[in-house]
Amino acid sequence: MEILIDIKDTITVQEALDFIQSPACGGEVIFAGTVRNHTKQRPVLKLFYECYEAMAISEMQKIATQVQERWEIQKMVMLHAVGDKYPGDIAVVIAVAAAHRGIAFDACEYVIDTLKETVPIWKKEFFADGEIA
Amino acid sequence: MGILLFGVAKDITGAAMLEKPAQVRDVAALKAWLYEAYPGLQQLKSMMIAVNRTYAADSQVINEQDEVAVIPPVSGG
Repeated sequence: MEILIDIKDTITVQEALDFIQSPACGGEVIFAGTVRNHTKQRPVLKLFYECYEAMAISEMQKIATQVQERWEIQKMVMLHAVGDKYPGDIAVVIAVAAAHRGIAFDACEYVIDTLKETVPIWKKEFFADGEIA
Repeated sequence: MGILLFGVAKDITGAAMLEKPAQVRDVAALKAWLYEAYPGLQQLKSMMIAVNRTYAADSQVINEQDEVAVIPPVSGG
């Protein structure tokens, strides 16, 4: 499996698509997580993402290893953005390519669910009413 | 040695790095010391300790050259 893992200020769906491009694959699944303009009906102005980068990269590599052991995935991308992010901005991109779509969907869902549980990245929400949580 | 703090743990303690007391020699003792020194940390849903960039069990020994970090509930994605 070829893997691209990165944490940086700005990430794009296109760089993930470019990486997973392969004539051997017939199913490419891409998940993009974007900043929502509200949380529980309260307007959100922006998010700030902070990261323990060395450990985050290591935990993302562990997820990639688990994927490799479980599914026949040819290519995989995990990108996470850090810093100030505004509604509509992309915060996370997961992309998976496999011969067929079924396992690509399964692996993609597993990656984003596990990332949210184990990778040391934190978001702070800045609400329109001035509260920060 | 310095202990790294992130996210809300950094906000509660007011520090991105804390000096580990010499008598703290494992993860359980570190957590106990943190909870006592910074009671606000008790409000967290969870508080993990990472040793050398890996989640550590309470029984894990902390050596002076280890990289130790306080990991409040993560919220990436």
